Amino acid sequence: MTMTTADRRWRISDSIRIGLVGGIFAVYLCLIGIVEALGDRSVIEKLVSVGQTLLLLTAFGTGYFAAQQALAAGASRKTVTSLLASLLAGLGTGLLLGLLVLLGYLVNVRAVFINVSPALLDSLTLGLGISGVWLPVAVMAFVGLMGGVVRALPASVRSPLIVGLGAVVLGGLFSGLVRPPMIALKGTPEKVARFLMGPTGLTPWGAVIVFAVVAAIDITIFQASSPVRKSYRELPPNRRKIARGTLLVLAILMAIVLPRGSGPFIAQVVVLICLSALMGLGMNITLGFAGLLDLGFVAFFAVGAYTVGMLTSYGEFGLAHLPFWVVLPIAVLVAMLTGAFLGLPVLGIRGDYLAIATLGFGEVVRLLAGSDFLAPWLGGPQGVIGIQKPCLGWLGPFVGTDVPRVCHGIELGGPKEIYYLALICVLIVALVAIRLRDSRLGRAWMAIREDEDVAQGLGVNLIQTKLMAYVLGASFAGLSGAIFAVLVGSIFASSMQLLVSINVVAIVVVGGMGSIPGVIVGSLALIGLPEAFREFSAYRLLFYGAALIVVMIARPAGLWPSVITKRELHVDLDDETDPAASPSAASE
Amino acid sequence: MAILKAEKVTKQFGGLVAVHNLDFEIEEHAIASIIGPNGAGKTTFFNCITGFEKANNGQILFGGTPIQALRPDQISHLGISRTYQNIRLFGEMTALENILVGQHQNMHASWYASVAGTPGVRREEREALEEAQRLLQFVDLGGQGDLLARNLPYGGQRRLEIARALGSKPSLLLLDEPTAGMNPRETESMMHFIRRLRDELRITILLIEHQMRVVMGISEKVTVLDYGEKIAEGTTKEIQNNERVIEAYLGRGSTRTATARPAASVPSPSGG
Repeated sequence: MTMTTADRRWRISDSIRIGLVGGIFAVYLCLIGIVEALGDRSVIEKLVSVGQTLLLLTAFGTGYFAAQQALAAGASRKTVTSLLASLLAGLGTGLLLGLLVLLGYLVNVRAVFINVSPALLDSLTLGLGISGVWLPVAVMAFVGLMGGVVRALPASVRSPLIVGLGAVVLGGLFSGLVRPPMIALKGTPEKVARFLMGPTGLTPWGAVIVFAVVAAIDITIFQASSPVRKSYRELPPNRRKIARGTLLVLAILMAIVLPRGSGPFIAQVVVLICLSALMGLGMNITLGFAGLLDLGFVAFFAVGAYTVGMLTSYGEFGLAHLPFWVVLPIAVLVAMLTGAFLGLPVLGIRGDYLAIATLGFGEVVRLLAGSDFLAPWLGGPQGVIGIQKPCLGWLGPFVGTDVPRVCHGIELGGPKEIYYLALICVLIVALVAIRLRDSRLGRAWMAIREDEDVAQGLGVNLIQTKLMAYVLGASFAGLSGAIFAVLVGSIFASSMQLLVSINVVAIVVVGGMGSIPGVIVGSLALIGLPEAFREFSAYRLLFYGAALIVVMIARPAGLWPSVITKRELHVDLDDETDPAASPSAASE
Repeated sequence: MAILKAEKVTKQFGGLVAVHNLDFEIEEHAIASIIGPNGAGKTTFFNCITGFEKANNGQILFGGTPIQALRPDQISHLGISRTYQNIRLFGEMTALENILVGQHQNMHASWYASVAGTPGVRREEREALEEAQRLLQFVDLGGQGDLLARNLPYGGQRRLEIARALGSKPSLLLLDEPTAGMNPRETESMMHFIRRLRDELRITILLIEHQMRVVMGISEKVTVLDYGEKIAEGTTKEIQNNERVIEAYLGRGSTRTATARPAASVPSPSGG
């Protein structure tokens, strides 16, 4: 304890406080039942359950942060102090958890906390009963210390360790999704799947292999000092562009191959990711580029969906029985008109007031769609059903209500087929968004976002420019809604909730305002992950909220911020357009 | 010929009269200054010219066209551009992009042509980029085009704001305290720079300025405002000796001592 007196700034109480916060979090996880509920899913078969992993991660995190704080405080014997700090923090976490176990065995607390069940307590003491109370304390303290050890390691070792461990946890979570389709393929994939994954999680060997492979990838590719990075930096700019293009093509190829051989569930999830990415790209124009917060964005989605529904349905609300490909541009156009319709009245409104006004618009559209007033056309609460699936080929004639038209050709019937439609749309829309961003209009949007008055003073027509932001943003959302309609085959006003708009805003903010790859990353993280873990559905929103908070604290500019990519882009532009500038720059 | 002519311009904010019955003229290719104590209505007058505020009364003619009822973007299209007292750059955009926004009104690409990437759009973008680079060089910010505007040093931000205004190819440039917060050396180069704007680019320049060294150093005409009214106008020399100006700047008491001193010096020889 001498080092604490020698050090002026780091105090024991700091680390204990972190430990207690971690402990409260761990106890909270137990009390809400998530630890037990995830007890039968494992990260590593028969070794660590997902529930236990959550607790271990908590202890690891507290140890890591306690060590980080001790290092930042500048103690005289940094390593030893930080290790002590992490041990203390882990111990604090463990003690609270131990207290819970003790309490659970001695007193019947289930009257209040129904989740403190014998099964939970057994999973914490590994079945030792009350004599095993010391176990969670010791384990959490040890894991906390490990957090400190990892923090104390040099970055080149720390990063692959953390990335590898993270991959093991994710691998365990995803194994339930990946294993069944792989086994269904028979042959080698089945053998690989059975070797790496058990029915509830990774096998121990699987965990080792996943860890080793991912850590190796991290060392060779992602680290700043890695040979791949180094040689990338040494490439001339145009070669670098080719390298980036190749990566992009690879990513697209992967996206194309992804749902092949996977179950319909995964296909459904990736379609939903694409649809939210489409909406996100639209929101990225209104919010990310032009800075206009639109909380009624779901309205455009609804308009796109209902247009497709009414014009293609073979059900009782079908108006025209047109093929999907004819209706798709109409739906986008109607959504654009709706965008202008929303944009006009709110042109002069700024900031918070704009959010409220648009919020109202979204609700109005939802209520109208579900109202008795429009029920003769939109079906009211019953919605529009019997939406004709898209057909590559020619459609047979319309024979009667409730009878789908026959498709002579390839029918895009299920999520697997519609995925490709959605993917193509995402690629096209992303390209359009990139072109818009780098255009005269895109710069005017950003100028409005930064300072509306100054932009106007420089000759930017605010009315036109803002309207274009609403209209083009709405067109992407309408496209998304149109695909959604044929994916589900029916539309209901109840699926046009405010939460959809908020999700889209969250995608843009988490991905990085104004960043196009950010939208894709944001949809993967905020729509893909929760959809993939639907089995934990009771805790989905909890995870969602926690993830949002973590991202906003750790990466306030978003997961993939726009500025860096933008600057790279301009450097490339300069190289092309101004050859005279580069030699002078080199000589300086 | 007067490029800008204001006739009996009045601007009120509630009970406060910021600009009162102001008549003002500036000749083409001139450098003129507006001075006056804080709150004299100088910036409000700028805002009236550029359409940021609508004058309650009076008329403003630019090249013979009345502009007092136009929107700021329309006025900008006619060829008036400005900078701001507290720098108002687009902070999260790069220096180059700031200038490109300035060029917005001289570009014509429609959004669908931009999406299609037509040769016309590409050429226009390339030319705009070259022009922006030239303007960056002109304001001594060459090679810093990829920096975010908010990361530029203070003097660089002032010059970038001018470059952005130049991007719109104005015939009249309004500079609101271009040397505010600058040290003597920076001020000196800014004066030199303003002269270059007029001599090389043939732009008429109207500036609001507090540093008398700048005002007296470069302006051909000085207009003095106080409480929204014009109290004096003329060459720098005329203004320096104007009693009402001294009074407005230093207060009534100082005028009396200023006028009293020669008066007092008269009786002393006769008394002695």
